[in-house]
Amino acid sequence: MSALSYAVTDSTTMLRRNLRRLTRYPSLTLMLIGMPIVFLLLFVYVFGGQLGAGLSHQLNAGHTGRSRYLNYLTPGIMLMTVAAAVQGTAIVVAMDMTGGIIDRFRTMPIARASVLTGHVLASMIQTLLSIAVVLGVAIALGFRPAANAADWLGVLGVVLLFAFALIWLATALGLAAKSVETASNTPMFLTLLPFLGSGFVPASTMPVGLRQFATYQPFTPVTETLRALLTGTQVGDNATLAIAWCVGIALASYIWARHLYSHRGAR
Amino acid sequence: MIDGARYAIEATGLRKSFGETLVLDDVDLAVAQGTVFGLLGPNGAGKTTIVRILSTLIPADAGELRVAGHDLKRDPDGVRSAIGVTGQVAAVDELCTGADNLRLMADLNHLGRAVGRQRVSELLNAFELADAARRPVSTYSGGMRRRLDLAMTLVGSPRVIFLDEPTTGLDPRGRRTMWHAIRRLAADGITIFLTTQYLDEADQLADRVAVLDHGRVVAEGTPAELKRRIPGGHIRLEFDSDDALEAAAQALVNAAREQETLVLRVPSDGSTATLRRVLIMLDEVGVEAAQVSVNTPDLDDVFFAVTGHGTKQEVLAS
Repeated sequence: MSALSYAVTDSTTMLRRNLRRLTRYPSLTLMLIGMPIVFLLLFVYVFGGQLGAGLSHQLNAGHTGRSRYLNYLTPGIMLMTVAAAVQGTAIVVAMDMTGGIIDRFRTMPIARASVLTGHVLASMIQTLLSIAVVLGVAIALGFRPAANAADWLGVLGVVLLFAFALIWLATALGLAAKSVETASNTPMFLTLLPFLGSGFVPASTMPVGLRQFATYQPFTPVTETLRALLTGTQVGDNATLAIAWCVGIALASYIWARHLYSHRGAR
Repeated sequence: MIDGARYAIEATGLRKSFGETLVLDDVDLAVAQGTVFGLLGPNGAGKTTIVRILSTLIPADAGELRVAGHDLKRDPDGVRSAIGVTGQVAAVDELCTGADNLRLMADLNHLGRAVGRQRVSELLNAFELADAARRPVSTYSGGMRRRLDLAMTLVGSPRVIFLDEPTTGLDPRGRRTMWHAIRRLAADGITIFLTTQYLDEADQLADRVAVLDHGRVVAEGTPAELKRRIPGGHIRLEFDSDDALEAAAQALVNAAREQETLVLRVPSDGSTATLRRVLIMLDEVGVEAAQVSVNTPDLDDVFFAVTGHGTKQEVLAS
């Protein structure tokens, strides 16, 4: 077999291993999916009535305050789902790196990249499933997207790209962590970013300093792109910005992760 | 002198520093194919660093290194395809079952479905893990974990195996089981590179032993050679009266005397000639010893003699 086909075989083996680990450790996935769902329920039912009333012209007519807010909130919650899911990536990567098994892999004649590729692919699947569950809950609560087939394709594309970027970032954070505990904490700031963007309320309602941060941080154009696609409104520049951010984060994180992986264990 | 076909592991002038600290200082090792080589030393001597270098995990700073005929620097994948490594930390997947772990190794060794299945069940049986095969490894005992670890190392049928302190932390029964497994591998002609801080372990298992201290090989040879080379062997004479002890001590001037126990220790190389000479001298002064024993040094004595200090255990015990 050629080097390339070994790389594919080994990556598939590693993907299977990581998926099996996910099924053997379901509490982690459940906890990570639970978090955005709790925020969804909290914000729709506790704050939603009031917040929706303030969103007068944001969304199409025919919705009351609460369901109008649900339509506004769902894209932000979807990104929060990705941010929560990648905490799991950092944890499982750190579990591998701090345990003995990584040294076993590194002394075997397997494609080097397959260890990280397996983690990233498994996390992509886990994240997509999480998004599907959270979106299902939102729809059960009354979320009614106005997206057509092309818009849905766009949604899928944006989610995939965004997940890919954050998963590589979490992989690097997991590699950089000295312990599993650290790895479970460092990506936590990502789950805050939907709040400090346009995920929960429009950035325009925030005080100046925060508003500037909220307007220019990467989650905001991604949120706006998703929101526009789901509500069938104009996407505008946000898509370009969103793609640029995702590609940038993915690339930088990939380089960082690869560096950490190959320089690991100098001691 | 050193011949690639005869030696499974060759290291010449191996050096390694971590920052300012010199960890390995000009280490030379040669391990003949199909033999068990014991690397002996206290904690921090550099044993694990040698294993990590020879198993391609970290690069050496200097040195000519070949494992299973492959140059470590130029052909690390060639080395990897010939070796198996069982480190100090059990390299197993805690979340998965024992069978899952072995199957993963079969897949990563590209054994194919049928061959892989067969190999997995062989190893489960050989290492007495068949009953626990479907349980997650997190429920395994320390000994089972080590056995699974070693079984995983063997899935790819390696020709050279590195065992880094394979019995540290095991109870006596676990240790015996592990020794038995290692002897079986040696009998199959696999070259084994073993590190240990237990002197009796090296004595029991290894064909040749190198003593490592502060990153330098301070002694090398078969366990028997090392014992012979090192002074410390003695003939122990026990008497039943002060008078007999006194008379014997006058005749054997180089003996060490233990008054309370009425014992004389006469330095000896363990040969019959020395023993005969001692007995003749006793005869000449007309003294009978109540008991005579010939003590050859054990590896503890070897360690003390070559390093000038005891092993860590000795320091703690004293």
